[in-house]
Amino acid sequence: MGEQATFEVSYTVEGADFSIAGEGAARLKRVLQQVGLPPALVRRIALATYEAELNVVIHAYRGVIKARVSSALVEVWVEDQGPGIPNVELAMKEGYSTAPDHVRALGFGAGMGLPNIRRNADALKITTVVGEGTALYMTFAGPSSEV
Amino acid sequence: MNLRSIVEALQLEVLTGDDLLDRPISGGYISDMLSDVLAHAAPDCLWVTRQAHQNVIAVASLLGLGAVVLVNCPIPAALIEKARAENLVLVQSDRMAFELAGQLYALGLRGCRRD
Repeated sequence: MGEQATFEVSYTVEGADFSIAGEGAARLKRVLQQVGLPPALVRRIALATYEAELNVVIHAYRGVIKARVSSALVEVWVEDQGPGIPNVELAMKEGYSTAPDHVRALGFGAGMGLPNIRRNADALKITTVVGEGTALYMTFAGPSSEV
Repeated sequence: MNLRSIVEALQLEVLTGDDLLDRPISGGYISDMLSDVLAHAAPDCLWVTRQAHQNVIAVASLLGLGAVVLVNCPIPAALIEKARAENLVLVQSDRMAFELAGQLYALGLRGCRRD
């Protein structure tokens, strides 16, 4: 992609709709592929975004995925209106999950979502208010970054 | 090893993507937990599972997996449609996952873990 080009995309996410869960991450992945980001970077971004999107589908009422993309940095926000996370430290622990049984039956709720996000993003910031919602901010160094 | 040789050797039933069978396969991964697959399955591997719903296709497509192998489970039409739309190879077997894994291993396939 061009050195100067920066663009933004956004996708809405509906809570509890598992039939289209992951569409936002899939669309972001296609866009990132089209602008020619390296496949390994695209995979990390898509994977982290998918996990965050699924958290919205599993736990929240609705949300939005926003991304700002340049060759130096990819920023992804996943923000929801939902229950919030009472204990973020606990939620970051691998194996800890509050997903209900019908969600676990689909193969979700392994307590790996947030750890997967942290592992794949270069930086992750979680802002959450119980009873209002959660906002994830993830960044990924692009191919033209210095680091 | 390419997908076609595996499909033929084990007589797997190809549900979608029979025009994509020349793609190389890097190894195999078995799990029914989607986050586990997202965390560890390597690109171009076979994913053996009995989770038969559309989120499996979303995960496999996201990771660029070689094929999804559904074992020993009923398969809804919507799942097949989704796999077709995503250009993903979906195959099925009536064998138990344990037996199928043994046969894949005997063919030379190994577990493929991405760290």
